[in-house]
Amino acid sequence: MTLLAELTNLTCCFGRKTVLENVTMQIHEGEILALLGPNGSGKTTLLKVLAFLLKPSNGEIKFQGEIVTEKNSERMRLQSAMVFQKTLLFNTSVFNNVAYGLKVRKIKQEVVDEEVMKALKIVRLEGFEKRSAKKLSGGEQQRVALARALVLKTKLLLLDEPTANLDPKNAGIIEEVILTTNREQKTTIVMATHNMFQARAIPHRIALINQGKISEVATAAEIFGKLSRDLASFAAVDNTFIGTARITDAGTSIIDIGKGVQIESILKLKGEATVFINPQEIIVSKKQMESSARNVFKGRITQISDSGASVRLTVDVGKPFIVQITKASYCEMELSFGAEVFITFKALSVQSV
Amino acid sequence: MNDIWEGIVRAFQLIFSGDPTVYGIVFRSLFFSGVAAILAVLWATPIAMLLGLRDFRGKSIIKGLFTTLIGLPTVALGLFLWLILSKVGPLGFLGLLYTPGAIILGEALLVTPLIVSIATNAIEAVDPEMMNLAKTLGASESQASIAVLKEAFNGIIFSDVAGFNRAIAELGVALMVGGNLAGFTDVLTTATSSFTARGDFSTAIALSIILLVIVFSINSIIIIARNPRMLFTLGRMPQ
Repeated sequence: MTLLAELTNLTCCFGRKTVLENVTMQIHEGEILALLGPNGSGKTTLLKVLAFLLKPSNGEIKFQGEIVTEKNSERMRLQSAMVFQKTLLFNTSVFNNVAYGLKVRKIKQEVVDEEVMKALKIVRLEGFEKRSAKKLSGGEQQRVALARALVLKTKLLLLDEPTANLDPKNAGIIEEVILTTNREQKTTIVMATHNMFQARAIPHRIALINQGKISEVATAAEIFGKLSRDLASFAAVDNTFIGTARITDAGTSIIDIGKGVQIESILKLKGEATVFINPQEIIVSKKQMESSARNVFKGRITQISDSGASVRLTVDVGKPFIVQITKASYCEMELSFGAEVFITFKALSVQSV
Repeated sequence: MNDIWEGIVRAFQLIFSGDPTVYGIVFRSLFFSGVAAILAVLWATPIAMLLGLRDFRGKSIIKGLFTTLIGLPTVALGLFLWLILSKVGPLGFLGLLYTPGAIILGEALLVTPLIVSIATNAIEAVDPEMMNLAKTLGASESQASIAVLKEAFNGIIFSDVAGFNRAIAELGVALMVGGNLAGFTDVLTTATSSFTARGDFSTAIALSIILLVIVFSINSIIIIARNPRMLFTLGRMPQ
């Protein structure tokens, strides 16, 4: 495979703090590479280095065979575009936001008009061009930010947690756009994520990053098959638990994850196992529900955080579970810190890592 | 009380009759303070950009200095400039003292710290990642700086208007270096002061009313220009 970018012994320091240490990595043309790691692991810094926004303290970056220096970084930046985790839009219309990069490149107005409309169509925001960008919903704003990068048709697209804090509908649209862009435009994409499902489903390869160091770069199958313990220890992913599994007479398995919490899974697991439950697949209720779900636990809400259109709850049932619900549900149920609740999820929702 | 009331009535008569003395003073005020504000904006904006966009050693000291200078007493600055521009001063050879040029220079210096401080805050209020955003979309350093300035536009305009308001409403500098010479360097504030001292309340009141109207009108125009829809919702209850 052709190399698009190559990082050799890259180190980035901010004052006394080393954020990236001896990072050596290759990015192949046309691939989707995910950077998987916990908060503060250096993912965003690495993306900014690849976007030629940050000059490394040490090491070398090659892009399309050319060494990136301070002199040529401005020219190199025209070959890449980054979408930040925190959605940043200019205080103007959706059209002007998406057109910004094209205007900076002095593209003719007719071409700008055409390309902006195409980009808006890709992210399913046709008809939004005249609207004020800052008055859109969180998910729509993130799609505008993505369109603004896509319209430039750069060789390298860098996405920092592109679906973090988005509701499932908008997250789904963005994931679809990522895959389509890579497939049809052959755009190389490097994305930072801590979403386990996303990390398994979307990228061709995954780079595990922790405390500024890349510990492994491999395919999703290799990463998830071999390094389950490392992944769990990263705490990179919500609701990832290590436990001891035994197979039941019913053909399911019970995984003891400690503190009296035993999870039932439809998978036949035995011995040491690492399991994961998608926060969006867990139901919260004030009373115990009678349902077909095999996993019901009583606990207390120990943390509440606003994630744009949704709310993330941490429910301590002995072990902390992260649950994601809509803001509307949160308000209707009048949930609060310390409230006693039940969490319910199916054995089918328990995935093995 | 009767004298005051009579003064007010005659003031409106002077205003609506287009009295040449009054309107000559108004024109000079608008011109001197307008030019002073423009001059201040020209050198204050790059300073604000530097302070707002860059990190460097001593930045907080410089910012603190500009903030402190906002409170500089106008008469103190006026005295300082008088000493500089007088015949025995280092810039006496310019012959600026008691000319419109001295007032313009003085007022420009007076309002610079105000414009710098407000504009810097406006630029700093823009998300720090905005520069990086513009750059990742292909902007050069200067193009990215312009993008940030555009985001800070409202705050920068506010700083410029605040500068003009300060300039047109100040007394100390105009009096000390302008001398309040009738028909030449008398402006709204200095003339109001001298007419009052002479007992000509009606002219003094007329000048004060006009000063208030100018300040109010300019601010209203700026506010409406930023949000024209406000005109249609002025009478409505907030929702």
